[in-house]
Amino acid sequence: MPALEVKDLATTFHTDDGLVKAVSGVSFSLDQGKTLGVVGESGSGKSVTFLTVMGLVDPRHAQVSGSVLLNGEEMLGASQARLRQIRGATIGMIFQDPMTSLNPVKTIGWQLEEAVLIHQDVTRKEARRQAIEILKEVEIPRSDQRVDDYPHQFSGGMRQRVMIAMALINNPEVLIADEPTTALDVTTQAQILRLMGRLQQEHQMAIVMVTHDLGVVAELANDVIVMYGGKVVEQANVDDLFARPEMPYTWGLLGSLPRLNAEGSRLEQIPGQPPSLLNPPRGCPFNPRCAFVMDVCRTDLPELRRSDNGEEHYFRCHLDDETRTRTWEAKHAALVSKDAAA
Amino acid sequence: MSSTSELLRVEGLEKYFPVRRGLIFQREVGSVKAVDGVDFVLNAGETLGVVGESGCGKSTMARCVARLLQPTAGKIFFEGRDITHLDRTAMRPIRREMMMVFQDPYASLNPRKRVGFIVGEPLEVHRIGTNAERKRRVQELLEIVGLSPEHYNRFPHEFSGGQRQRIGIARALAINPKLIICDEPVSALDVSVQAQILNLLKDLQEEFNLTYVFIAHDLNVVRHISDRVMVMYLGRAVEVGTRNDLFREPKHPYTGALLSAVPIAEPALGRSRRQIVLEGDVPSPLNPPEACRFHPRCPRFVPGKCDVDSPALLQMGSNEGHLASCHFPLERWPMSDDEIRQHAPMVGAPD
Repeated sequence: MPALEVKDLATTFHTDDGLVKAVSGVSFSLDQGKTLGVVGESGSGKSVTFLTVMGLVDPRHAQVSGSVLLNGEEMLGASQARLRQIRGATIGMIFQDPMTSLNPVKTIGWQLEEAVLIHQDVTRKEARRQAIEILKEVEIPRSDQRVDDYPHQFSGGMRQRVMIAMALINNPEVLIADEPTTALDVTTQAQILRLMGRLQQEHQMAIVMVTHDLGVVAELANDVIVMYGGKVVEQANVDDLFARPEMPYTWGLLGSLPRLNAEGSRLEQIPGQPPSLLNPPRGCPFNPRCAFVMDVCRTDLPELRRSDNGEEHYFRCHLDDETRTRTWEAKHAALVSKDAAA
Repeated sequence: MSSTSELLRVEGLEKYFPVRRGLIFQREVGSVKAVDGVDFVLNAGETLGVVGESGCGKSTMARCVARLLQPTAGKIFFEGRDITHLDRTAMRPIRREMMMVFQDPYASLNPRKRVGFIVGEPLEVHRIGTNAERKRRVQELLEIVGLSPEHYNRFPHEFSGGQRQRIGIARALAINPKLIICDEPVSALDVSVQAQILNLLKDLQEEFNLTYVFIAHDLNVVRHISDRVMVMYLGRAVEVGTRNDLFREPKHPYTGALLSAVPIAEPALGRSRRQIVLEGDVPSPLNPPEACRFHPRCPRFVPGKCDVDSPALLQMGSNEGHLASCHFPLERWPMSDDEIRQHAPMVGAPD
């Protein structure tokens, strides 16, 4: 049984300006010990998807449909009491900004102990022991002393370690990390990613890594979902996705990265801006920016269909197989020749 | 297109911020050494990329160069002229030659002014042209940066992040400067939009023979846009060189660690390489380590040498102008974490 299985998830917000379809038609399944990378630009719906999974969107303002199975248990429609039991225990979450997610007027220890006391029937002394233990595990030096420090006494990387410690303290089976290293410097990012990799091996957690950085995804993920305009536009094993992407937005994303060995050459740019979800384009969400747009793209949303390249490889695009193969091969050749020329 | 005439020269630049204690007397109890001895030369038409982690002093350095901050020591030459101590009036004509583009396109545009005013303000400040001429110039600028002249009467909030950054660039171009200092101009943007802005900056450079100081923490971006690169660590330049020198043949262990820390967007390549992962965090610039600032985190640290002797920024590697400050520079590249630690320490040898 997968640790987390999401089927046809959709979240719609009621706003003063009308309905906003933030996410629709997201499905995936994630096994123990595996990592799912979720890539997308701002407004692609990647964060909302996982706020919905955690049951953190307010039902008064949002309409949610589909199914979220955590170890086989349905999360959508579960009572608030049950959700509170699950969150922080079976499923943990790390947010982007470690400064705003920690309480500045409580010690690190107090905040870690709180997480333990909510979910386990133990004394505060035992909770403190666990707090020190977990700080040691996330490689915070002198953890028995630092446990009494306040968040401002920690650097950005250390705070993110504390956030990880807090998410892991009850030994969750699924960890959702929303841009966990975006606010960090590269060398600190490398430390945090390595730490997460080690902890995943030790605890056999399933990790969802939400990020805009294709590099982070390439290094960490087993499977990847590419989101655009609130929809999954491509979904595949990480090697298949990078070796044989099937649709124009993914091509554009890969081409717009400043590449390792192609200094000074022009980047391939995707024209225009990510779409507004308030007033989404008809048909394929990517059609206003797509170089291969056809009439049908402006009227019909392409179905998520299966690709012959790779086992569980799905994508949305109206282009026929031959055109896609030809175009990607040409693009790929251009990228490779840039690498070779350098 | 690109000539080799020197546009900007910086010598021994230092900027210390005093730290004060006490309510009335405000005793000075120390100083934050934000920039502590930076030298470089920048030729017209070139791009100097400046990389480093937060707190390494790269932004402070840029602000000193633009004379937005008064340096504590050191000299800044612009077109051969020492501008370090020029007063406001004397600086005026020079301010026309250097402009800045900032990181946050939301905070750097006045939300209550229209785009036409924002982009035209430099023209007004320097009293260039009549009102009608200015308007025409602003509309032309908007077109140059990929916006449309109809945007003249709009407000910043009507634009997306990428478009706002274009407005910031149009403003910087308004009075035909020679030097543009870009402080993290693409960090706040989505990848696809980031590529648009990087391409725009390159096109503009070619068209107007601009010189850039380009500050960024993203090594891939710096590698893409720069001719020469300077790596900073705790207020000092630890390595300077051409793009190829620095990325293919890094000499300073910090540069090596930075390069190996960047995630690679190619799954097979990323998994096969072995990273150099540094321990700990960047120390506080209030109380920086003695001698080589990098020694507490350095994989090649040799006690008795690195923590005693401050290494000078010296010529290293095969090419002229490739400088690094390290007692035990890297012999080759790439190197794995183990290899980098297994060097033969020859105390005192490469001095």
